[in-house]
Amino acid sequence: MTIIAKFEIHYSQFLDPHGKGVQPLPEFARDPRNLIPLYRWMVMMRAYDAKAIALQRTGQLGTFASLLGHEAVQAGVGSAMAKDDVFLMTYRENGVQMIRGVTLKELFLYWSGDERGSDYAVPRGDFPICITIAAHITHAVGVAYAMKLRREPRVAVCALGDGATSKGDFYEGLNAAGTWKLPVVFVVANNQWAISVPRRIQTAAQTLAQKAVAAGFEGVQVDGNDVIAVRHAMDQALAKARAGGGPTLIEALTYRLSDHTTADDATRYRSPDEVAEAWKLEPIARLRTHLTDRGAWDKAKEDALLRECNEQVQAAAQACLDTPQPAAGNMFDHLYAMLPAALAKQRAAALGDG
Amino acid sequence: MAQITLVEAINLALKREMENDPDVVVLGEDVGVDGGVFRATLGLTERYGPERVIDTPLAEALIAGMAIGMAAEGLKPVAEIQFSGFAYATLDQILNHAGRMRHRSRGRLSCPMVLRMPCGGGIHAPEHHSESPEAMFAHIPGIRVVYPSSPRRAYGLLLAAIRDPDPVVFLEPTRLYRLFREEVADDGQALALDACFTLREGSDATLVSWGPMVPETLAAADELAEQGIAAEVIDVATLKPLDMDTVLASVARTGRCVIVTEAPRTCSFASEIAAGLAEEGLLNLLAPVQRVTAYDVVVPLSRLERHYLPGKARIVAAAKKALAFA
Repeated sequence: MTIIAKFEIHYSQFLDPHGKGVQPLPEFARDPRNLIPLYRWMVMMRAYDAKAIALQRTGQLGTFASLLGHEAVQAGVGSAMAKDDVFLMTYRENGVQMIRGVTLKELFLYWSGDERGSDYAVPRGDFPICITIAAHITHAVGVAYAMKLRREPRVAVCALGDGATSKGDFYEGLNAAGTWKLPVVFVVANNQWAISVPRRIQTAAQTLAQKAVAAGFEGVQVDGNDVIAVRHAMDQALAKARAGGGPTLIEALTYRLSDHTTADDATRYRSPDEVAEAWKLEPIARLRTHLTDRGAWDKAKEDALLRECNEQVQAAAQACLDTPQPAAGNMFDHLYAMLPAALAKQRAAALGDG
Repeated sequence: MAQITLVEAINLALKREMENDPDVVVLGEDVGVDGGVFRATLGLTERYGPERVIDTPLAEALIAGMAIGMAAEGLKPVAEIQFSGFAYATLDQILNHAGRMRHRSRGRLSCPMVLRMPCGGGIHAPEHHSESPEAMFAHIPGIRVVYPSSPRRAYGLLLAAIRDPDPVVFLEPTRLYRLFREEVADDGQALALDACFTLREGSDATLVSWGPMVPETLAAADELAEQGIAAEVIDVATLKPLDMDTVLASVARTGRCVIVTEAPRTCSFASEIAAGLAEEGLLNLLAPVQRVTAYDVVVPLSRLERHYLPGKARIVAAAKKALAFA
């Protein structure tokens, strides 16, 4: 018998859960000042998340999907991307979106049930949130195909969860991306839970990263609570994609510290002990400790940042709540480039003059 | 002007628009070197290369999904699903994404794609190769559903579909691919979407059909004419959005209507037209609306196919039934 194929999956971590370096830091992280913008975004994400949940609990926002625990994955992804790259996302990626330029008000508007929240002033080319799991993976393949066809040095970045890796669209999309060596990066935020189904029930595969190997391209695993590891993997994957080297899958190991959404109660299916253990690994404290240890952060800066984030979040939430209701006719707008005659009659009826 | 078949007209329109517009790309299973299993994409690879004429992996959801991604990025993908029985795997993409992209991004992104597929029975094909899914697609908001019935209309409507800024599901009657030839001028002129075609005028009854049943319906009109009955024949062509005004205007003159489709009866597109007549044309009707459809059964394999597909005799009988009401 002869071995005709074998594979390795590399795991990387730069900071341990106590913020201590476990290996030499990549170039960008050597100056701690470069890490501060990442830290600021992560704190902003958490402030936004807490506000969104508070608004939902008081009936001022619809169902909301918290990103609590995902801050390092999202700061690493969002900060690595170029403006004219295209981001295709699930409903748990608001942190990447805010780094990409989507405003907090737009994000709140979306969750308040107002589609105007998806009409981002920037970035105009990013996709709207994809609720149906994994369908957007095939869209990313099409976007990346268009970029490659036009010889543009742009990349499609597609964020998904561990549950999505069980779907047919995932396999169909990865397979095609590998076949055509497309400029696309798949980021799997493996937060261990797809609503109530744990990672071990999703697949018998040892890693999710190795699923890329079957599609003919590289899959790597990183500590998703270590923003340096995520950012470094993204930098490498994006550079490879821009240089014509094809796709990469990054499996970022993290934990969903929240319920699936505000409509979920995770105490039904997982133990408080498990969640308490996961809190010990969470990304923000780790980076704060690291920056503090390196003399780049202190309590005064922290207090000022928290105040700033809370003020911005509060102002955005208020701007959302102050937004006038959309007109009933809006549901007919943008359905087609030109409203067909048959629909014009229905629109008139909806507006009470038909 | 050349006399060409319907499938050749499809091919001609694809060539014409790939020539006109470098953003047009063709993708699907076996569409490249093989030219498509029905040869609708014959010669495109030679002329436009494998980057624009894309042989995809065997994955229908991927084909529809990547067309959505390409369209949002400004390309004009024309995707082929090999047979409509395999198109059900694309429904998630068409319903949840293609039809909503413009709407849910408030016009920021759009989805100018075409999803082509051969439909209908009558070619003695295996199971899943004879489906008539038009009503299923017509139920989806935000898309167009087009089903031509002749080479000339196939050419003009496919050009219109590719140029349209919104997603179009373009159904092609397999049985008519090579059934007859017609003169088609390769003049790049698109036909209007969202409009019925009145193929034959008559004052005694209105026969409404689309896609593969149109030639049968015209043949029924011929037979009725021999019996002194003047039937008007309307080819709906664009099922969604429906040009109901043309049907209503015709029925206002004839007072009688037969709607013909080879899809199963329940919730067929014939039901939608019948409902429209009941709502807006009832007082012009001299007889109950007649639906000539397939049965609510699984499309049988080829030995029973001729019993399943509605033919000229059933259309003539339905028209006579309508005319029997004084």
